Amino acid sequence: MKERTKLLLIAGIFLAAYYIPWSHPVIRQSGLEAFMMLQEYAREHVLTCLIPAFFIAGAIAVFVSQASVLKYFGARSKKVLSYSVASVSGSILAVCSCTVLPLFAGIYTRGAGIGPATAFLYSGPAINVLAITLTAKVLGWQMGLARAVGAIFFAIVTGLLMALIFRKDDAARTSGQIYVPDAGDKQRSLLQDSLYLLTMVLILVFASFSRPAAGATGFWPMIFAYKWYITTAFLVILALMLKAWFTRDECVNWVESTWGFMKQIFPLLIGGVLVAGFMLGRPGHPALIPEHYVQYLLGGNSLWANLFASVAGALMYFATLTEIPILQGLIGSGMGKGPALALLLAGPALSLPNMLVIGSVMGVKKTATFCAIIVIMSTIAGLIYGSFAG
Amino acid sequence: MDIKILGPGCPKCQQTEKVVRGVVAESGADAQVEKVTDVMKIASYGVFGTPAVVIDGEVKSVGKIPSAEEIKAWLEP
Repeated sequence: MKERTKLLLIAGIFLAAYYIPWSHPVIRQSGLEAFMMLQEYAREHVLTCLIPAFFIAGAIAVFVSQASVLKYFGARSKKVLSYSVASVSGSILAVCSCTVLPLFAGIYTRGAGIGPATAFLYSGPAINVLAITLTAKVLGWQMGLARAVGAIFFAIVTGLLMALIFRKDDAARTSGQIYVPDAGDKQRSLLQDSLYLLTMVLILVFASFSRPAAGATGFWPMIFAYKWYITTAFLVILALMLKAWFTRDECVNWVESTWGFMKQIFPLLIGGVLVAGFMLGRPGHPALIPEHYVQYLLGGNSLWANLFASVAGALMYFATLTEIPILQGLIGSGMGKGPALALLLAGPALSLPNMLVIGSVMGVKKTATFCAIIVIMSTIAGLIYGSFAG
Repeated sequence: MDIKILGPGCPKCQQTEKVVRGVVAESGADAQVEKVTDVMKIASYGVFGTPAVVIDGEVKSVGKIPSAEEIKAWLEP
């Protein structure tokens, strides 16, 4: 940080402390809401959902070979494979945009070309494990599912459209040797790795299994009643797997990479929750921004509300996962389900700073087309989802 | 000797730079260490994952933090 930026930052904090009317009832209410929302996250979502998800993300980063995925992005790989791998590989390769951008530039200039590159650029931040699980936990499984399906579908369509629109100037790209990360020695079979990841996913599912509606009978309440026994059983299975199949070093790497993600993401998420709570409050509790503004701009399922949500999402920068508390606050203040999905689909993949970097890689015209495609498709997806979910 | 660390500024890239600089200082090798953060320059090496280490134009490691022993081996003439 430059000295001048530090000075501006301190001056800004000072002016805020000096001028904000902290004793005003609305500000007091908002401040309280910020911490009430933080507590809700700490009590409801951290232990049962986020911690297991971090361990899964850590395991994916350490044990899933990147080389096995990246080989599908070479210049000579089959197009069908490139697109399909690009659209789902975000869940494996990317948790933050700092891995996505170099990889995107590589695929674009040296590898499979603009189609798979933009498909990957879109899917990377949109469908990672952490984002999908937390969306499903906080905003409901329908929204989580719609987000995952929408992101995969969008990635493929965006990639194909980009390749179609700009099919002529692909020739200008350079060819040459490409370097992918080493595959590393594998001691386990694919089946063992899959079972290991599956066990962790099941732990996550059962630990965060939510209470069924009151009065419901049959299968779901029974699972809910026994969920801690089931979770413990899977934890024991996981421990046995770790003992039998993994070396000590691998376990250390796994924990280290999990810890790396936690260090990176928790502070951002806490900040995001506090800001969302301060501005919007928990559902049913008003805070700084009056609810009728939100209802006016984003309520219902009109074309305008969906378009506004897409454009706002595309311009705003959401640090990893912070889009979720912000959306929770918005929905609580009266945002429609359709616009919420539109924002989720356009939001994490695009942001103003991100656009500048993409622009430096593929030029203003292609970047503008890329953003326009995503905004338009997010709007349409929001309209469709909104008409189903109401 | 010309050493380039490719990485846009993620924690792993910074750690790689630290390890490389440490080994270079310790071994007393005659080498310039440079950090490359521009994504287009990174892509121009054909590197598909960061952090990456390039020594005299040759890509030595991709997508991981190299160990001190590996770096020592690359520095030997």
